Amino acid sequence: MTVNKPPAGREAVSGKRRAVLLAACAATLVMTVAACSSGGSSGKTTKDGFAQAAQSDGTLTVWVDATRVAAAKQYQALHPEVKLDIVSYDGDANGSNYLQTKVQLFNRTGKGWPDVVFSSQNNEATWAVDAGFAAPLDKGLIPADTLKGFAKGANDVCTVNGTVYCLRNDLSQTVLWYNAPLMQQFGYTVPKTWEEYRTLGEKVAAEHPGYLVGDAGDSFAPEIYLWASKCGANHITGPKAVSVNTTGEDCTRMATLLDGLIKNKSMSISGVFSTDFAKNEADKVLLMPGPAWFGGAVFRDTLKVPEKTIGVAPMPQWQGDAEPATGNVGGGTWLVSQHSTHLRAATDFLTWVTTDNAYQAQKSPGFPAYAPAAEEWLKAQAAAGYYAGDLGALKDASSQVWSGWGSGQFSQEAVWAATVKPGLTQGQTVTSLLPAWQDSIVKHAQSFGYKVSQ
Amino acid sequence: MTLDSSTVGSRRRRSGARGSRAGLAFVAGYALLLVAFGVLPTGYAIYFAFTDAGGSFTGLANFVSTAQDFRFVDAIGHVALYLLFWLVSLVVFVVGLALLLHRLSSGSISRTLRFLYYIPGALAGAASVLVWLFMLDPTVSPVGSLLGMLGFDTFGEVIAPGNLPVLFTAIAFWTGAGGWIVVMYGALNNIPHDVLEAARIDGAGAWQTAWHVQIPMLRKWIVYMVILAFAGGAQLFVEPQLLSLASVGVAGRDYSLNQLTYDFAFQMNNVNGAAAVSMELLVVSVTAAGFFVARSGFFDAD
Repeated sequence: MTVNKPPAGREAVSGKRRAVLLAACAATLVMTVAACSSGGSSGKTTKDGFAQAAQSDGTLTVWVDATRVAAAKQYQALHPEVKLDIVSYDGDANGSNYLQTKVQLFNRTGKGWPDVVFSSQNNEATWAVDAGFAAPLDKGLIPADTLKGFAKGANDVCTVNGTVYCLRNDLSQTVLWYNAPLMQQFGYTVPKTWEEYRTLGEKVAAEHPGYLVGDAGDSFAPEIYLWASKCGANHITGPKAVSVNTTGEDCTRMATLLDGLIKNKSMSISGVFSTDFAKNEADKVLLMPGPAWFGGAVFRDTLKVPEKTIGVAPMPQWQGDAEPATGNVGGGTWLVSQHSTHLRAATDFLTWVTTDNAYQAQKSPGFPAYAPAAEEWLKAQAAAGYYAGDLGALKDASSQVWSGWGSGQFSQEAVWAATVKPGLTQGQTVTSLLPAWQDSIVKHAQSFGYKVSQ
Repeated sequence: MTLDSSTVGSRRRRSGARGSRAGLAFVAGYALLLVAFGVLPTGYAIYFAFTDAGGSFTGLANFVSTAQDFRFVDAIGHVALYLLFWLVSLVVFVVGLALLLHRLSSGSISRTLRFLYYIPGALAGAASVLVWLFMLDPTVSPVGSLLGMLGFDTFGEVIAPGNLPVLFTAIAFWTGAGGWIVVMYGALNNIPHDVLEAARIDGAGAWQTAWHVQIPMLRKWIVYMVILAFAGGAQLFVEPQLLSLASVGVAGRDYSLNQLTYDFAFQMNNVNGAAAVSMELLVVSVTAAGFFVARSGFFDAD
């Protein structure tokens, strides 16, 4: 969850805005002077909890990533009367910051903001509210009944100081994916605890070397394993405050488990999206802890696993742990621009794309965040018959995401990628890298102005 | 610019009246663009570097706060090491290859080589970096077996932190050196034939001619190349940025000062800090250029 102090933020923004406008005028003197008067705050009315620009008809600009283009096109087909300009961008995947960069520039020029944006990151609210970009959604734009339909905690990442600034597209709770025919052939059962998981990994290494029980090479590996293990590496405790402890027992026991399996090679460190993995390890996956979207994005589309092969089980738990916990990897969010002059159309699009069965239940590749759509999605997936067995574990996991791991402005994935991944490649252990990981998280958090307790 | 005008000037003055007007017109066009896209943005950046978000004067606060960022000193080290590799390899190989090219008597081989050297430079910067991202990934690289022989089996091993200065130098050399080889070759062709003839008659071999005649006469061109390469190298950005995207952040994130500037401006909403770091880069580049110009007598008339 993210919390912020709006007064300070607002002040800084408006002050900056003035300076920026001034400076922008100076810099563009050679080309045009007239443009400088636009961007002022004339003609705004406060409604739905924020100052709205004068509304007008016109083209609704929607920014989506490549995967979500289908959603926008489907909306266009169902609503031919809406003038839609679909712009595809990288969706801020892998912490690219494209959206943030562009919004900063639009804030400078005073125009150009898209009306609705999809992002594959779920920490956009941490900056988009301060930047005066994200519109509050629970103050009138989106009815409370609709908001209530989202899965428990789904919109926590969108909530700043109790106000919802974005809507979650899909949930990315982690589960344990497995290759059902292969498990049967080898005579293994799906592990329920991490202890069983470790034993199975050792067995696989001995009996079927080359086969994998998981992959820890992606930048989101900590969100799969350490988050699920309740490691306190990323506990966002308040407005710009985070508590970081990577050497607690919940972290070290998972790190030790990973180290053992990496050493006996039953756990890959390539990363499931690496060229290396696709070429050498694609048909060696026996088990794979991973987020809900692994099913479509990794197994079906990237690794081309045939149907009726991949099954889904609950994430293993530590023995004796009363409360099941699981991790989460991303899960996209939708934002509406405060500057939009087509708020009605924008809201209509947003509501449709996040809740309507036509997209979320039938077409969405990920697990819908909107609970009624999720029910339908599960039915649709079962009917499509790609997976082996039922997908009930996904539904159970959707409410088990451990809440002690937050979504700060700094990218945990970037920190892990730059600090731990190179060490792993060079043969160091996760355990030995935990202190360096902590150090790096602390430095990155502080550079974003977070108060860090260790 | 300093020109010894007493002798040259008087002779040119008579024919210069009409020529200088045309010259002025040409210079005016350039000067206008320079002011619009060079001087004004620089002034804007200076204003930003000394003010805060609200526009009030803050003295050196932006410089201090950015210098205290935990990535700042690392970034300086990275860029310095890269510059060392890049400038040395540029001077040694460009001059060496240009001399070789010049010695080749056969016109067609020389022409083919010049063309080959130049080809990579014809690719736009970012595109040629992308070519290298494929080259460096053993799984998809056309020279994968070569990488294997060097002990690299995965992309992750190739882009280990210690390899980065060499990789960036290789990429920069491949993309940027070809143009300079052609320039040096042109400069070598400008050395009067009788000078080389005299050297030959005096008994100088190829090595001695190169060392004692050609390289000293190329000095200004080499300095010119170093100044531009230094300024370009200090602004290292595209190579690490693309590598960081390609490796999903494993290598190249926050590697150079320019990337840090970009992070300050667009990720941390600190345009003023970004401007401060840019100022520092500008000062360093201008100082280095000034040093080389002063030491080499770059602008002295022949």
